[in-house]
Amino acid sequence: MSLTRRLLGLAAAALLLSQLCACASIQPWVKPYERERLADPIMSFNPHPIDSAYMQHVFETRGASRGGDGATGGGCGCN
Amino acid sequence: MQLKGWHAHPGRLLAPAILLAISALYCAPSRTDVLPEDEVDALGTHYSGGGQDINGISLLVRKKVGDHVSLTYNHLEDIVSGASIDVRTSGASPYREKRNQDGLSGEFLYGKTTYSIGATHSYEPDYRSNTANFGISQSMFGDLTTVSMTYRRTWNDVYKMLCVVHNDDLNYPCVEKIHDPAFGEKDMDERSYGVGLTQILTRNSIISANLEVITDQGWLSNPYREIMYANPGGGSGFGLAPEVDPSTRTSNAIGVDYKYYLFWKAALDVQYRFFTDTWGIRAHTAQLGYTQPWHNWTFDGTVRFYTQTHADFYSDLFASATQQNFESRNRELSAFNSYTIGAGAAYEFKMPYATWINKSTANFRFDHLIFDYHDFRDALLIDSAAGVPVGTEPLYSVQINVMQLFLSVYY
Repeated sequence: MSLTRRLLGLAAAALLLSQLCACASIQPWVKPYERERLADPIMSFNPHPIDSAYMQHVFETRGASRGGDGATGGGCGCN
Repeated sequence: MQLKGWHAHPGRLLAPAILLAISALYCAPSRTDVLPEDEVDALGTHYSGGGQDINGISLLVRKKVGDHVSLTYNHLEDIVSGASIDVRTSGASPYREKRNQDGLSGEFLYGKTTYSIGATHSYEPDYRSNTANFGISQSMFGDLTTVSMTYRRTWNDVYKMLCVVHNDDLNYPCVEKIHDPAFGEKDMDERSYGVGLTQILTRNSIISANLEVITDQGWLSNPYREIMYANPGGGSGFGLAPEVDPSTRTSNAIGVDYKYYLFWKAALDVQYRFFTDTWGIRAHTAQLGYTQPWHNWTFDGTVRFYTQTHADFYSDLFASATQQNFESRNRELSAFNSYTIGAGAAYEFKMPYATWINKSTANFRFDHLIFDYHDFRDALLIDSAAGVPVGTEPLYSVQINVMQLFLSVYY
């Protein structure tokens, strides 16, 4: 990698960090009083954890993939 | 097993994600957030399909302690009965087995940071599992953004059951089982590292993304699953031998969930997940959901599509019992498509004479699952005399129904 590219990369990283550290001054583009719809229970990602945990267990024991949804569980389901 | 490509180096993905999360945590201003509502859920489940019936109950209790702590206890029991195609192919008898699981977790809220810690113990005669997990989440940018990190560690003990007392019951001929001393006890450990981001996009939409890397080490084979190999000299034309899986596995999954509020007061949910692991499996999951409230009712419907490729060491029929060092005919490691259609209804009501209860809901949910296997054949249909020798039997498919009925009380 050339020196110019390295310097450009460092400058971009410094710019990104400076923007992140200035986050306290970022103004929310959706104001708190505009979030009535988002607060509605129908907008919950996981309205019934007890129900979704069971279905997740079913899918994980019948397939090879797992993870990426933030939940935990146990058990084999190996038969 | 040869590790190759970025599968072998999940840290390449994880490191920048953790760096981003830490950077965000460092910059976050402090304000008050909220803990989940106090609630009690009681759930009954019924699973039926593929020769198995599974009936279960689950109880969840969540209670706040002061303004900063919320504790959750969860207990579940499953009773599995019947015999799947794997059990019948191996010549084993139908069985009945019970699983118990208990979990305790706590959420601790300080300013805009929520810490979570939990432990779970799962017990079934041939599988014992203990899990500990820790998580941290932080709201920032005027609560538009939430960043989270999770760590989970699981210790599993695997056994194989051996029937020692039989009776004449054709349905469940085994009345007493012990741990097979020849198999002994095998250990399997799992570590999970996750990062998540939830972002309010507009006044009508919100998105969540989660990346999770899971590593396993130890006994990863299934003690009951057997491979089939060609045995032309035998009567059936095939032989059976225990499967042998690698002793390590690393998987990567990234999931995205997008919700949109429709102007007539309904919600649309779009989910996608990509999965890959060091066993050569790749999977895609797509799900579409719709939620519609109506008076005291809330209805929802989901359609889910899932597809995966098979593991590198999977085959429906091996040329010999020792064709390669790792061998599996575990259908969960085969290539298949799965389709799920589900519907649910919830009714909200007030409990009479119980003013301390804020609201209650009665919920019912039904899901129908279809699995179409691409390289797992129905070995029960092998009949050389009828012109169906091993390797030519039809591909296996199975349909499963799952019903859930539960009551939620918020107080």
